[in-house]
Amino acid sequence: MAALVRLETRLSRLREEYFLKNRSVDEDRKIVYKAAVKIQSWFRGCRVRAYLRYLNKMAISIQKWWRGYQSRRYFRKMIKTAYFIMKMNFYNEMAVRIQKRWRGYYVRKYTHNYYALKKYLEAISLNNEIVRNELQEYAEMNEKKKKKKDLEKKEKEKKYKARKMHYLLSTEQIAGIYNSPFRKFPDPMELLLRQSKPLSHRQQQPKSPFTYDLYDWPTCKRPPAFPTGEPLPPIGRQKPQGPFRDAAEVLRQRYKPLEPTLRVAASISSPLEKAREEMKREEWRKCIHDNEFLPFSSYHKNEKYELSIHASEKIGKETYGIKHFREVQPNKWIAGKV
Amino acid sequence: MSQRQVLQGVISLLRPLLLDVVPTIQQTAALALGRLAYFNDDLAEAVVKEDILPQLVCSLSEQNRFYKKAAAFVLRAVGKHSPQLAQAIVECGALEALVICLEDFDPGVKEGAAWALGYIARHNSELSQAVVDAGAVPLLVLCIQEPEIALKRIAASTLSDISKHSPELAQTVVDAGAIAYLAQMILNPDAKLKCQVLSALSQIAKHSVDLAELVVEAEIFPVVLTCMKDSDEYVKKNGATLIREIAKHSPELSQFIVNAGGVAAVIDCIGSCKGTVRLPGIMMLGYVAAHSENLSMAVIVSKGIPPLCTCLLEEHEDHIKAAAAWALGQIGRHTPEHARAVAETNVLGTLLSMYMDIRSSEDLQLKAKRALKNILQKCTYLPALEPLLHDAPPNIMKHIVGQFSKVLPHDSKARRLFVTSGGLKKVQEIKAEPGSLLQEYINTINNCYPEEVVRYYSPGYSEMLLERVENYQPVL
Repeated sequence: MAALVRLETRLSRLREEYFLKNRSVDEDRKIVYKAAVKIQSWFRGCRVRAYLRYLNKMAISIQKWWRGYQSRRYFRKMIKTAYFIMKMNFYNEMAVRIQKRWRGYYVRKYTHNYYALKKYLEAISLNNEIVRNELQEYAEMNEKKKKKKDLEKKEKEKKYKARKMHYLLSTEQIAGIYNSPFRKFPDPMELLLRQSKPLSHRQQQPKSPFTYDLYDWPTCKRPPAFPTGEPLPPIGRQKPQGPFRDAAEVLRQRYKPLEPTLRVAASISSPLEKAREEMKREEWRKCIHDNEFLPFSSYHKNEKYELSIHASEKIGKETYGIKHFREVQPNKWIAGKV
Repeated sequence: MSQRQVLQGVISLLRPLLLDVVPTIQQTAALALGRLAYFNDDLAEAVVKEDILPQLVCSLSEQNRFYKKAAAFVLRAVGKHSPQLAQAIVECGALEALVICLEDFDPGVKEGAAWALGYIARHNSELSQAVVDAGAVPLLVLCIQEPEIALKRIAASTLSDISKHSPELAQTVVDAGAIAYLAQMILNPDAKLKCQVLSALSQIAKHSVDLAELVVEAEIFPVVLTCMKDSDEYVKKNGATLIREIAKHSPELSQFIVNAGGVAAVIDCIGSCKGTVRLPGIMMLGYVAAHSENLSMAVIVSKGIPPLCTCLLEEHEDHIKAAAAWALGQIGRHTPEHARAVAETNVLGTLLSMYMDIRSSEDLQLKAKRALKNILQKCTYLPALEPLLHDAPPNIMKHIVGQFSKVLPHDSKARRLFVTSGGLKKVQEIKAEPGSLLQEYINTINNCYPEEVVRYYSPGYSEMLLERVENYQPVL
């Protein structure tokens, strides 16, 4: 019971205590609540942070792995290209070496061939020598020809003069001017006079020596002729013993061209007759038919009309060659054959 | 003046005689007119003014051959003086009549007609074109084939006068087939004919490469080379002209000529002639050498340089000397070998003296200077360069010193020779602006030698030494 009295005394205080406790609890409740919220929020924050950290770590790990993979790929590519470039450089260098050798060879052989050039220049000198020699020969030949022509011209003139002045030839009684008795031997002109034939009064026009020699070139097809003198005598020819004349002279006389006189050279028939003959020949040539042209129609009165070939023949095929071939005349046969 | 009036009176007297009944009088009157007009151009003008030409042209077609010859002579005489008179002849319709005369049977008439056409065509290309339009060219080609030498000569000279003006006219002549006949006629021994034929071929060949190739295809080589040995000088000259006109177009043609031995023939020709006759030959060598270095070497190998040097020394005319200088320049400008070949003949001194001589013409000076420059830029033959050091003017000097500066650094014997011959001394005496090319060359040369040697040869060294002697304190 004592306890109950004690409790009853505490009872009046109990309500106050109870009220004070509740009030203090109420007053603390906010604070406590706030504290609880803080603690919880902090804890939640920790959890989230831990989670984020975890996520971060995972992301980093993925990215690390991915980046490593990419760079390894890139590195492999780089190595490939570097290797490729190295190979190409190597090939280029080898190609350059080959091209170097080839170009040197080609240029030395074909473009700037030193030995060929040397040979060419030597060949040119040789050729020049040959050309120079030939030209020299040609020039000499021309000069010889010219000299020969001049000499021949002079000779001809002298001979012509001698022929004109043949009367100056010396006779037995009277010595000519070129054969003076005081001379040891006669002048060469005298010898010429002795040899020359007197010039006839028939005015022979002396042909100027140049009209035909130089202009003997109608179409200039002949090359320049070499100077041909007299043909050389055959080798080892022995002079025939005896009083024979020189063979060349004999041949010259034998084959002397004919110099006919005018009477002989002219034809027998006179020009008048020749002209007449020619006219006749022309007419014969030109004449187409022989029928004279008769002036009046009365001349044709008694002419029989000639049938044309078509009208004058029998109608039908030609029998010659088919029915009969050769001509036969049985009445002329001697034997009585059928 | 009175003589002129008298002569004009003569023409008015002769004019009615042209219409006389007797043919001999007509012919003689025409001949007299022709002779008067030939020598005096006033009279030729008077002939044109007095309207004699239409009368002549009419009768050209009708009368006999003597009259035709005389009338053609009058036309030739009038046409030769000036282009205006030739134009007057063309305007009165003479060309057709002359072309008809070209078809005549008598060679004398053809000759007169061809000669008149040639004199008309000579003046300028319009008149030549008028002659060609009248249809003269095929008939002239026929005339060339005739046997008479005088006719051939004149037909060739007319073709040459026609084709010289322009490539089209030359092409017309070629199309008529003239080249083959002209080429055949080179073999003819007559000198004047050869002259005309060669001149005609060279007038055709000079215009273009194709025409030159056509001429070459007619197989004129090596026959043309025999013309270079002809006794007549003008034949040689025209032959050299023809070869020159062919060689100047292209390296292939020059090569062909060299292979045929043309260079040797031309060189001999130059050696044997004197005066203007040499000129085409010299120019031909220049053209051949200008194309390429192989051809130039071929010219050198054929002993081309000595005649050119003698030409340079002996000739009096400036234009021939200028041509020889130009040809030497073309030969020597390719490589050091060529320059050496030219320099060995000691011709550089002659060229320099020609350049420096005030009496030489401008053309000669210019050509000598260019030739000298071209040769010097490649010349490494020092013995020939040294004499030039002493006389050369500054613009040439820099080339010479340049060449020395190229050679001396590499050749010790040459360096020694340079010093002993007094070249180093001369180089020190040259005053050059600092920074110019000449100064650089001089520096290069000075760097080849030790300093004492350079100082020894520099001008004023002896004075400097004496000054040092004066200022020296003797060591007792």
